[in-house]
Amino acid sequence: MLQTDLEHIESEEQLKELIENNEKVAVCCGRMGPMCIPVYDIFEILQENYPDIQFWDMDFDIPAAAIIKGLPECRKFFGLPFTIYYRNGKVVKATSSIQSAKEVKSVIDEVFA
Amino acid sequence: MRKYNVIIIGAGPAGLAAAIYTSRAALATLVIDESSAGGQVKTTHQVANYPGFVEPIAGHELAGNMRKQAERYNTKFKLAADITALHLSDQEKWIELDDEDKYTAEFVIIATGSSPRLLNIPGEKDYKGSGVSYCATCDAEFYKDKDIFVIGGGNSAMEESLLLLQFVKSITVIHQFDELQAEKITADKVTMNPKVNILWSHEPRAFYEKENKMVVEAENLKTNKRVRLERDGIFIFVGLVPNSAFLKNTPIQLTKYGYVITDPQMETNIRGVYAAGDIRDKRHRQITTAVGNGTISALEVIHKI
Repeated sequence: MLQTDLEHIESEEQLKELIENNEKVAVCCGRMGPMCIPVYDIFEILQENYPDIQFWDMDFDIPAAAIIKGLPECRKFFGLPFTIYYRNGKVVKATSSIQSAKEVKSVIDEVFA
Repeated sequence: MRKYNVIIIGAGPAGLAAAIYTSRAALATLVIDESSAGGQVKTTHQVANYPGFVEPIAGHELAGNMRKQAERYNTKFKLAADITALHLSDQEKWIELDDEDKYTAEFVIIATGSSPRLLNIPGEKDYKGSGVSYCATCDAEFYKDKDIFVIGGGNSAMEESLLLLQFVKSITVIHQFDELQAEKITADKVTMNPKVNILWSHEPRAFYEKENKMVVEAENLKTNKRVRLERDGIFIFVGLVPNSAFLKNTPIQLTKYGYVITDPQMETNIRGVYAAGDIRDKRHRQITTAVGNGTISALEVIHKI
């Protein structure tokens, strides 16, 4: 169970509904580990600055995380967390391992501008 | 221009300890950090040597508590904020952030800490998370029964290697010296494991991918000859660097390694500018020493205001 202030995705259906009903969605899928916690924290901070983007997290070890692990964009990922950016229901960017606030903001500017 | 009594740059234990003290003394306090609050503590799995906790506490929990404690006393935060301009002199101190707001204060406490060192060689950034890793706890299971490199020979490299050995088929340690710098007890546990071999006196020069394998091009520092070796992944643990790049165009005195020089009261060569925690030039870098530095700098500010 992730201990963050983000909303958690707990099922495949929930993720599908989320990306179908929102234009811009960012999901950080990981554990409570050293590379993941900074990204959750950055998402929490950026929620205030980007109200048009849905920032969520997902526990890497729940069965529903298979939907993230199985994405073609994550095929070569060997570092937590997997961070996926969806626009209009489609994956527009995916990153692996820790990202700085600057890197996350740069991705947001690139794919959600 | 927004005015505060104290601006603290860095929201790790040193910065947050300073903020708790200055805020409790009713000084208008702003904490700025390019990331979230907590510094390196938030990425530490368990902290077992911080006084007051009988059982180890999760690093992110300890960091979160420090931040909440500062907020309770009305510390303001600007997090995930980049400094775009900085002026520090005896007479005037101001900071401009990427939100284009400018902030000024009578006192500034620098507490930006340190970060894991990168090798900064071709391929390192490109394969981060897809062949190059910096965290055994996080990524070891992706390399179950695989052959990997560990770059580094210090304490963190050997401690992380011990964890990796529970998962991987083999480790090739690449180290720039003829002996490991880690504590002997830990180093021995690694070197005596039959799954480990060591490439001494070599330094990586480039990483690239070849047929689903990661290739390390490493230079022998004695002969300057290069070798190319293939494994499934690369873990890098090569120490820490001070987060002081943003001070390079300021008059703040740094050591040749980039640490800030202070007097015993934490004051730098600029009047009213203090440094606390791992960014300071000092011997011991612990959460407790960072908190102590932050406390001293805050008390100095409170005394002078």
